[in-house]
Amino acid sequence: MNGLNLLGLFIVLVFFGLMIGVTILARRREVPKLREIPAFRRLDRAIGLAVEAGSRLHVSLGRGQMLSRQSAIGFVGLSILDRIGRSTSISDRPPIATSGEGTLGILSQDSQRVTAKYLGVESDPLRGRITGLTPFSYAAGTLSFIEEEEIGANLLIGSYGNEVALITDAVERKDGMTLGGTDNLTGQAVLFATAQEPLIGEESYAGGAYLGAGRMHNSSLYVQDILRWLLIGLILLGAILKLFGVL
Amino acid sequence: MRNPLYPAVAIGVGIVVLLGYFLQIDLLVNVRIMFLEWATILVGIALLVGVVNLLIVHWNKITSEHPNRYNSMALLGGLIFTLLVVGYFGPTDEVSVWIFNYIQIPIEASLMALLAIVLIYAGVRLLRRKPNLLTIIFIGTAVVILLMSGPLFGIDIPGLAELRIWIGKVPAVAGARGILLGISLGVIAAGLRILMGSDRPYGEN
Repeated sequence: MNGLNLLGLFIVLVFFGLMIGVTILARRREVPKLREIPAFRRLDRAIGLAVEAGSRLHVSLGRGQMLSRQSAIGFVGLSILDRIGRSTSISDRPPIATSGEGTLGILSQDSQRVTAKYLGVESDPLRGRITGLTPFSYAAGTLSFIEEEEIGANLLIGSYGNEVALITDAVERKDGMTLGGTDNLTGQAVLFATAQEPLIGEESYAGGAYLGAGRMHNSSLYVQDILRWLLIGLILLGAILKLFGVL
Repeated sequence: MRNPLYPAVAIGVGIVVLLGYFLQIDLLVNVRIMFLEWATILVGIALLVGVVNLLIVHWNKITSEHPNRYNSMALLGGLIFTLLVVGYFGPTDEVSVWIFNYIQIPIEASLMALLAIVLIYAGVRLLRRKPNLLTIIFIGTAVVILLMSGPLFGIDIPGLAELRIWIGKVPAVAGARGILLGISLGVIAAGLRILMGSDRPYGEN
């Protein structure tokens, strides 16, 4: 058993403990509001406008493999899909999800089925579509879907590389709105340049908390902030110690 | 009523896989590997389901006389043709490899070329949409890196090569590490929410 593994387990346990602690604390007293992320404020408005205008929302879940680190961003996308499905319950055009991986496609159909059951409406399995199974075929399939449908807003939350630019360009040509976040560094740079509302780093994982997915989403976001400041402190301390020749 | 079976299975398997990753105990490691093998098989089956989903969507377009039905016909024709050829000759046969080398790769390469143009256009659009300091730094950095990525007609701009190396070694690495740390925290949070059953991207919520 090596030290690095134990350190990893320790970090996960600390994260877990803090999440539980913050959740209990939030029940007893008022916790500060979540810091504002303009992209989510704009998304809220876009959801309202889409419902009013009778247009559709498109949630693109990317092509993250379920057996890799990329699965986390895929799960965040699925949470957002679920929340949006419920938020647009009064709309006669429910959201459509596209994905570039089989498991994500099945989970998106399942998520829509559960939301439809909760709302007491009929579910259509083709609202969870797999548009391609390689990066460029996924982009090509998704952009043809964007061309054909009347879409009010596009949420790109998943794992993408530079091919995401083809999707955002198709949205731009239709004067649509794009909110995009990914776990891939190249994809992030591309989304920064091409999406109207890019999400940077951990912001991509905050969607559930901002869309009211539950207390645990909020707690995990607070813990992310706490640990981020702790990491910043440790990095600065390391740099200062290195500067003075201690390390 | 909520079905407790799905979350119980997901949480149980998740905890075993997580512990098997961190603690090198033979039993845990073996069970973890077994679960991962099962998951790999399921992912393979999900891929087939994905192909069927793609097929149904495009079949519906063809039968409903959708304006883009000819594209869907081409897609279905290509899919069936490739399946037959690769199924008959095998994936490593020269006929199958020919399809990959002379159809799949050129199409993806042409999309890559299109991407270059889309990105240049996006850069210009970004300056128009968000004309702020961050955008100027972003575009300026991209231009410096691009200028020094290939020969510049034999012109040597003093200091530019050093600037490119410095950008690559200092601010780019620092920024990338910052973003990756944020992503790692996000990944842990998303994973723990699933392990705790608060996020359930499966079955009944």
